[in-house]
Order: sequence, then structure tokens, then C-alpha cells
Amino acid sequence: MALNIMQLATNFADKNPGITPGHRLCPGCAAPNVAKFALMTAQSLGYTPIVGLATGCLEVSTTIFPFTAWNVPYIHNAFENVAATVSGVETAYRALAKKGRLVDPEKKYAFFAFGGDGGTYDIGLQSLSGAVERGHKFIYIVYDNEGYMNTGNQRSGATPPGSQTTTQPVGKKLPGKVQLKKNIVEIMAGHENVYVATVSTSEPMDFFKKIEKALQFDGPSFIAAFSPCVRFWRISEDKAVDISKLAIETGYWPLYEVERGVYRITKKVKELKPVKEFIKAQGRFRNLLKRPDAEEIINEVQEYITRRWERLQILEEATKDKPIR
Amino acid sequence: MPEVKNRQAVTGAQAIANAMRQINPDVVAAYPITPQTPVVEYFAQYVADGVVDTEMIPVESEHSAMSAVVGAAAAGARAMTATAANGLALMHEIVYIAASSRLPIVMPVANRALSGPINIHCDHSDAMAERDSGWIQLWAENAQEAYDLTLIALRLGEHEDVRLPVMINFDGFIISHGVEVVDFLDDEVVKKFVGEPKVKYPLLDVDNPVTYGPLDLYDYYFEHKRQQIEAMKHVERVYKEIVDEFEKISGRRYDIFDKYMVDDAEYIMIALGSTAGTIKYTVDLLREQGHKVGIVKPWVFRPFLKKELQEVLNGRKAVIVLDRSASFGAEAPLYEAVKSALFNVENKPLIGSYVYGLGGRDIKVEYIKQAFEDAFAGNLNPDEERYLGLRE
Repeated sequence: MALNIMQLATNFADKNPGITPGHRLCPGCAAPNVAKFALMTAQSLGYTPIVGLATGCLEVSTTIFPFTAWNVPYIHNAFENVAATVSGVETAYRALAKKGRLVDPEKKYAFFAFGGDGGTYDIGLQSLSGAVERGHKFIYIVYDNEGYMNTGNQRSGATPPGSQTTTQPVGKKLPGKVQLKKNIVEIMAGHENVYVATVSTSEPMDFFKKIEKALQFDGPSFIAAFSPCVRFWRISEDKAVDISKLAIETGYWPLYEVERGVYRITKKVKELKPVKEFIKAQGRFRNLLKRPDAEEIINEVQEYITRRWERLQILEEATKDKPIR
Repeated sequence: MPEVKNRQAVTGAQAIANAMRQINPDVVAAYPITPQTPVVEYFAQYVADGVVDTEMIPVESEHSAMSAVVGAAAAGARAMTATAANGLALMHEIVYIAASSRLPIVMPVANRALSGPINIHCDHSDAMAERDSGWIQLWAENAQEAYDLTLIALRLGEHEDVRLPVMINFDGFIISHGVEVVDFLDDEVVKKFVGEPKVKYPLLDVDNPVTYGPLDLYDYYFEHKRQQIEAMKHVERVYKEIVDEFEKISGRRYDIFDKYMVDDAEYIMIALGSTAGTIKYTVDLLREQGHKVGIVKPWVFRPFLKKELQEVLNGRKAVIVLDRSASFGAEAPLYEAVKSALFNVENKPLIGSYVYGLGGRDIKVEYIKQAFEDAFAGNLNPDEERYLGLRE
């Protein structure tokens, strides 16, 4: 079965593909669409999804007992262990298949793990690395909103420099976070036996195709989804897609994939817009922009983004048709 | 008495690995830690040789071991792990989640001192840190009991009226690495005893999707905790049914409490685990000298079933409780439980608390005698904690 865009459009409009309406995420939040895009792609390709979630926005807002927004099997265990938990579910599937104890052996199962950037870049990194190293056939999706937004905007390893957070605020003396965002994509690509990709809900076809590839990949997959938080990025409720587009156009969030070490840029941007446009469009950088050292910090980010973009193009060229495993 | 066909000299770790082989669980996720490691090693060899068809997950930490078995059990698999000390402490968060998700995971624990400072030898500080986690805790005195209780644990946890995880505690090195004679049951007998896994609400039943681990706030959480409390209350009845059945296939009897020479005993010592063996030996020596002494050893420590204990202890001259862990700034855990149980006893015995054997410190017959002699002399103070084998 191949992807059918009309079918997907119908699914998106009409159905409840795993995650259903009525959840309590903020209006304009990108995270539920990240889940919806992934699950509807799996279902349209004939897969039955089973979902694990790390503690975070998407988890607390969708399963307030006695309600659940999930109409597919769902497990939340704790904050830092969704990858290990889903590795257990996937292993149980293989064990029961072998022993002939599956309720429905005819079904094609797809195992998804969702975590925010806190549960992925930071506290859940070990669990994720272990599960991927062991080669479990599952798809891990981080919805990256660049901070601990569920608990009110604390700094994470995914927070960019100068972004206002409550645990590293931009103050009179200190400029807030000074470290660049951790490159989770490269960390995961370093596992080598893995399909890794970045996605954005502002590029649905690219998103769907990458989920399709992940589903068909013989091994673990890691998908990093850009996921604007309207509340703490201080943008209006209808701006998640616009900000996502700007992130791609500035090279802040390049769309690419790494399959067993082979790089491919899936959205070529002819000329990157200055990252300042991305920064100025969001209230979370307002205090940074007021500082005398704002230009200096923005330039540092800009230089990094430019170098990373060049490096990606070199890697694409150098690794073409040369999988490492 | 069933015929003994399969008597072998093995370590406790081998005995438990053999129980796991006979159970043939669907999923085992484990991480090595002294002194649990040989359990995992023996079992991994069974997997590698195709003796079992278990899927093994060689996880990167104990936290992931417990997380993976939670996932596997929720998916509908019969899942096991094993650990000790710091490994159990690293699991701690998920130990609670396993119990509250009502997943009947079975976990042998080779009891070892918790750091710090780091120490690899036996005491009970690891298991005691989990006593309020909602797991059933069974305690073995030797390799035979570790084997038997592992089989019993599986049935107990999976029972419809219980649905709770079970920890089988066996003293690190003393039981895990000590070689003893163990009578094994036939594979077929075990297979029949453990039966097919009793699965409820499996994730893999995709046509009947369920949500595990929801956000549970002040409007429901308390009721769910009450359900766990009620499930623990069912353990006594269910355990008794299962051990009756086990006695029929093995000839070995397990009660809530192991009672040795207690019928006419005026002085009763209470202890968990392998030290009970040394105490039984000491009881025999003291009996030869005419002292009416006995020992009570809990096989089941969680739930702490005090009714039977109250009946046993009522009217005795003295009760001495030995703890292999301390509760800093409070009374030692077993002592606290026994003392609390005695509150409602009509004829209260004198009672005394002795902490021994921390970090693997040897417990000698002379220390046990010393504690008994304190009792004979009426020299026990319920509010004083004393120490055996400790330099001042």
C-alpha cells in the first residue's frame, strides 16, 4: 500500500486516528497534530498503532481520568522511560507472536513512542539510546517545543539561546540560556542502525513520507517534530504553522533524514532567511532583543545555523549511496 | 509425599534461574548487578541455547528493566526481571507504577546493602526501601525456598483477586552464591502448576483499546489507592489456597509464617531470610540446655499479616526481633511491624530490638545466644535498639 494524499486528507478531516477531539491541549498547539499525522499515516498504510507516551503536555492533556483521547492502545509509564516501556511492548508482541498467543495475528502492528523534548533530549535520553541500540522496531517521535512547557516553561537541552524560561530567565545581568540547542538528530543518527528524520506539521507531505519510511524501515526510527508552543513561545494561537515555516526557511529547523548514515536534505532552501526573522516573530525572545548584547547572541546563532546548513550539504554529498551499516 | 526425583546441589541463583526456565516467561528484561548477576547469566544461557522461548531484553539499566517489563506485562506478556540493592533503588519509581498498574510482574531480589558507602554484601536495606511500594514481598531462607517461592509468586501475583507484582527476597551471596541441595519439581509438574498466563486488558488486544497510566488527580487517585489496599487484603486467602496446592505437588509446606519450635516456647525470636537457619540451629542448642525457645520467620512480609502473629506471640515471656536493616532515627522495620502488631495482644510479651548483619557482617550463633540470654534475664527494653556483632 502506498501513501494516498486524498485518502490522508479525508482521514485528517473526518476520522479520529488514534488521538481524538476533546483533549485539553492549548488551542493552536502543534503536538496533537504531530501525533495525528503519524497515526493517520500508519493507519492509512494498514498498520495498527500502539502508542506509548512520556510524561508531558501531550500525556497529561489527553488522559485525565476517567477520560482518554486515545482510541488506540495507549500506555504512559513515567517521564524518562517511554522508549524502554515501548521496547517492552514490542518485545511482548514478538514473544506472543512466536508462542501463538496474539489476539489477532493477522494485524500489522506499529509501535509508537511520543515524548517531549524534556523526556527525549534530557531525562529520557538513556532509555531512548538503549532501546534504539537494541534495535527494537519502533518509531520514537519527539514533539520538540524547546522547553518544559507542561510545567510552565523551564529550560531544557532543546531550548535555544536567549529564549525566556523560568529556570534560566533573561535577567538584568545574565542573558538567559547561552548554550546552543543540543543536536538530538545527530546523537540519534550516531546509533547508525536507525532511520532518523526531522519533520514539521507545516510540511505535511514530507511528514507523511517520513512516517511511511519509518514504518517500512527494518529497525528503530527517530523522528524529531518541530512543535511550536503557542503559550510559551508567546505567539498567537494561529501562528504555529507560520513559525514552523519560518524555522525551515531560516535553516533553524532543516528538514532532512539520515538512513543508516546516509544524509538527505528533503527540503532544499535556496537562500536561508536571517534567523533574526524567526527570533523577532516570537515573544519569548523579547527580553533578549532588549539587551545590549542581543546582536552578539543572535550572530552566534546565525553563524551556527549557517555552518550546520553547509555541513548538511557536504554530508549529503559525501554519504550518498554509502550506508554505514 | 511426592517422590523426590530431581535433587541437585546448586546455588540459590541457579535454583531461581531453573524456576524461571520452568516458568518459561514470555519476556525477561534484566540488567546485571552483584549478587543478582548469576540469575541473569544462567537464564541468558537458557535463552541462547533455546531451552526456553523467552524473549530477553538486555536493557541498559535497571530503570529500563522495570520500565520494559511494565510495558511487556501491560501488552499481555508474562514478564519477569531480577535485581539487587542499587538496581532496585534505581527501579524505585517504576516499582510503584508496576504495582499501581496492577501488573503481576515477578522479581527475585538478591538482597544487598544499599550504598553508601558502596557494599556488595547482604542486608535488607534494599527490599525495606520498597516495603510500601505495593508489591507483595516473599522472603526465602535458603535456595530451596527461593525456588519454591518463585513458583508460588507467579501464581499469587496473577490471581484474579490479587493482580499485584511480587518480589522474592533471597539473601545476596549467602543464598545467591551458596551451594545447597535443592529438590526440583518435574518440568511438567511446574508447567501445570503455573498454567497459562492470566492476562487482563492487554495492549495487544487492539480491537479493545485501553489506556494505561492516565493522569489521575484528587477526584479518583485516592479510590485507586484504596483498590490496591483491598487487593493486598486478598493476598492472605489466595496465598493459602496456592500453598495448599503447592504442598500437594512438592510435599513442602509454606504458611504465612514459618514457625519452628514455637508450641511451648516462652521466648520467640523473629527474623527474615537466611539468618533464620542460624537461629533454628541456635534454638536446637538452647533447647538441649532446657530453654524453651523458638523462632518465627515471615515468609510473607508484605502484606504484613499480623493476626496470625498476634495469636502466636500472645502470652509468651519475650519476643526478640532481629533486623538486617536500620531505619535511621526510628525503629527497625521488622521490629516496628511486630511491635505494632503486639499493641492489641492481650498478654503482651516483653520485646526487644536487635539490628545485625549490615553490609554482610556475619551473624554468629554466639550473637543469637546473647540476644536470647538478654531475654532470659528479663533484660529487654522495648524502646532500646541493640546491635549484634558491632564494635562500639
